[in-house]
Amino acid sequence: MTHGLPDPRIPTGPLADAWQRTREGLPLISPLRKGQMDVLVVGTGLAGASAAATLAQQGYRVTVLSFHDSPRRAHSVAAQGGINAARSVAVDGDSVSRLFADTLKGGDFRAREAGCQRLAEISSGIIDQCVAQGVPFAREYGGSLATRSFGGALVSRTFYARGQTGQQLLYGAYQTLMRQVELGRVQLLTRRDVLELITVDGIARGVVARHLLSGELEVHTARTVLLCTGGYSNVYFLSTNALKSNTSAIWRAHRKGALFANPCFTQIHPTCIPSGDVFQSKLTLMSESLRNDGRVWLPKTPGETRQPDSIPKEERDYFLERLYPTYGNMTPRDVASRRARELCNAGRGVGPGGRSVYLDLTDAIKAEGKDAIAARYGNLMTMYERISGDDPYHKPMRIYPAPHYTMGGLWVDYHLMSSIPGLFVLGEANYSEHGANRLGASALMQGLADGYFIAPSTVTAWLAGTPAEDVATDHPACREALESTYRRISQLLNSEGTTPVNSFHRELGSVMIDRCGISRHADGLRQGLEQVKALEQRFEVEVRVPGEASGPNAELEKALRVKDFFGLAQLMLRDALAREESCGAHFREEHQSDEGEARRDDVNFAHITAWEHMADGEPIRHSEPLQFTALQPSTRSYK
Amino acid sequence: MKITLRIWRQRSADQPGKYQTHRLENVSRDLSLLEVLDQLNEQLISSGERPVSFEHDCREGICGSCGFLVNGQAHGPRAATSVCQLYLREFNDGAELTLDPWRAKAFPPIQDLMVERSAFDRLIAAGGYCSTGTGQAPDGNALPVGREQATSAFSTATCIGCGACVASCRNASASLFVAAKLAHLGQLPQGQPERARRADAIQSQMEAEGFGSCSSNLECEAVCPQEISADWISWMHREKRH
Ligand SMILES: Cc1cc2nc3c(=O)[nH]c(=O)nc-3n(C[C@H](O)[C@H](O)[C@H](O)COP(=O)(O)OP(=O)(O)OC[C@H]3O[C@@H](n4cnc5c(N)ncnc54)[C@H](O)[C@@H]3O)c2cc1C
Ligand code: SF4
Ligand code: FES
Repeated sequence: MTHGLPDPRIPTGPLADAWQRTREGLPLISPLRKGQMDVLVVGTGLAGASAAATLAQQGYRVTVLSFHDSPRRAHSVAAQGGINAARSVAVDGDSVSRLFADTLKGGDFRAREAGCQRLAEISSGIIDQCVAQGVPFAREYGGSLATRSFGGALVSRTFYARGQTGQQLLYGAYQTLMRQVELGRVQLLTRRDVLELITVDGIARGVVARHLLSGELEVHTARTVLLCTGGYSNVYFLSTNALKSNTSAIWRAHRKGALFANPCFTQIHPTCIPSGDVFQSKLTLMSESLRNDGRVWLPKTPGETRQPDSIPKEERDYFLERLYPTYGNMTPRDVASRRARELCNAGRGVGPGGRSVYLDLTDAIKAEGKDAIAARYGNLMTMYERISGDDPYHKPMRIYPAPHYTMGGLWVDYHLMSSIPGLFVLGEANYSEHGANRLGASALMQGLADGYFIAPSTVTAWLAGTPAEDVATDHPACREALESTYRRISQLLNSEGTTPVNSFHRELGSVMIDRCGISRHADGLRQGLEQVKALEQRFEVEVRVPGEASGPNAELEKALRVKDFFGLAQLMLRDALAREESCGAHFREEHQSDEGEARRDDVNFAHITAWEHMADGEPIRHSEPLQFTALQPSTRSYK
Repeated sequence: MKITLRIWRQRSADQPGKYQTHRLENVSRDLSLLEVLDQLNEQLISSGERPVSFEHDCREGICGSCGFLVNGQAHGPRAATSVCQLYLREFNDGAELTLDPWRAKAFPPIQDLMVERSAFDRLIAAGGYCSTGTGQAPDGNALPVGREQATSAFSTATCIGCGACVASCRNASASLFVAAKLAHLGQLPQGQPERARRADAIQSQMEAEGFGSCSSNLECEAVCPQEISADWISWMHREKRH
């Protein structure tokens, strides 16, 4: 049965105050009635914590679930660089329309214009909100908020707290959430893995969660469910995400009918500390601010064996400066990543396996002195030294691109509601304003816009317009979801193999980075699809998940996550195959100009792809056409 | 390199624990200690044994999930480093490392190296916030904050809630954690209205949770991966009489 694409509910009329008009027209609910309505929020990152705290403040009875032991540990905590906001006070004339245009262009015209506009409009209020919570943003000497420019932007509109902006924003939201817990308006359930969505008459009404200490399966029901569960870069095994970041909540919802939009839009960050040993578990991001002063280069000769400092300047290829004279080392993430990969594939890479390039600060140190550079990047230099064992003040750092952010996610309409009525999706988990490529410092902005400002209005509108009875936890739909989850767990525990889950995850990751990473082509994608299917079959017979269903069982947690990654990986490959163009971070080798630049196809692909899961057979591809009125698609050029 | 791990194994809080020793030959010096535990766990799983439970997530020193004692030191020998950022190259070939969980009354054991630290969340819930609601915020520039003041507040706001300070303290005091939060909010104009109430509420909660009191041994400062200064504890003591 095909459900097709629901109405995206994009506002009509002038773009500029479309959100304000929409919001003013939304129905309200009296605080008294709100107090009788349960809302479930899954996830306590920026999106989840901000939404839960705000909904509780409005009077709803909120239950929050997270797999972490504390809301403060959500991976938002790791964001380093900063958060964008268009504030009219800035001296360089930045404004809402400029941030709007940069977001739409940055996403290579694969996002909704109304959504980008709304984000830019809301952005300024986010900063005020965070300041009021006590977020210690960097300040100018005079005491006003400081900004810097970030990731390809020509204006300075990124607010920051040293290299720990995500941490500070998250703690602001976390503390606000804990206040609501203390006030008795939020029930906080930590160490819960959400493993299934419960729908009643086609409407989202609850979840099944596994208590990660007792192992017990629990049913939680409510009037509406908000998934704020973050991104899925961990499908690549090695990424900048935390090790437990996963796709399970949105993937299970997808299997229950929620459309999945543009799964192949994934961002690879160029400046990460590369991998070495097979047991390496993580790629650590180093802020791309390093590219302000660092020069990226490789030896001109393939197979070079000399130490970097004994390679003379003439024998070095500063390839970003060579190829992109205007932007040089500051070319956007996807372009920088692709060039690094091409040269490494051509045998020019350095370090273990030839999988890295140099990021060299020695010229900057010579020009400005070690102290000046230490003052700017001291914490990054220490981090690099700690992980790699090399001293970056004397030896160029080695970097390589790593999966970092996923623009794709569950399809949502302008109200952030998925194609399952009553199921809202916020933050990185949804597909929204970043199109085919996200601008630096815009994810934090989007997560908080969703949680503090958008969802609280649109969730209320949904609840006002949809009267419903409470769902008892022994309702047949709950029992069925519980039983199917129980079966999935038993299947994994009963598998008779001997291979640990990690081993499959590593293999999946290497297929995905190779076939569906920085650059893609049709044959590779088709082969990738076969490889992932075969791997999934092997997983089913060869995996060993030790222990029992009850009690803590980290391997079972992993097995459930990896199982869902297999499904998602196949959808990503299909999506990348179907999108016969290069746009943003999605680079199809067949679709490039003679100079090797991406070639977008606005005639056939100016749309959002939304995949529908089929119980039997292949998923169905729907498309939501994109219209541009305020800004016409232009070609990205960084030459 | 070769390495011997002597690990505290305890199935649950109500069962006795004991050390189990594993020798690993041929591990890379470029692995973190947690990656060595991953490697050991893969071996244990393949041979049908129960893998070692330990907390972790970000593996880049920022989420505060990881934490255990390495040869009696919280987060191991390297200063300003949480245990996920501790690499084998810090140790000699053939080193023997004893791994123990945090031990503190307010952090009940869960399994092996895992303990429950939700007491920290309850300390924050008791008053570690500015009471403000969405949509009620004034212009962020309306309250100027000097650069030095902002930097100082930031330096205390970076606490990752790992619990090393508690684990290293002979009284299992949470003073450094609490002082860091009081100093973060107490140094900013936004934190002023609730300053006295916050100090009282969190410190009473600290006692209720079973954390001990501070006798100025400064072990907490030495192990804190965020290098939060113990001077803030003296600052907090003055704060109480505020
Ligand atoms: C290293 C790094 C640096 C970054 N730097 C920047 C930056 O400078 N600027 C910027 O704008 N963006 C940055 N980003 C991106 C940005 O941090 C994220 O996109 C954003 O924080 C995601 O927030 P979120 O609330 O959607 O999800 P998260 O913060 O990932 O939270 C997910 C939550 O969902 C819970 N959860 C997940 N699955 C389940 C489940 N199945 N059951 C129960 N709970 C579940 C988790 O416990 C967690 O609470 C960075 C990202 C990384 C990885
Ligand atoms: S004060 Fe330091 S040691 Fe204590 S919880 Fe915070 S970061 Fe950890
Ligand atoms: S795993 Fe996050 S701080 Fe160590």
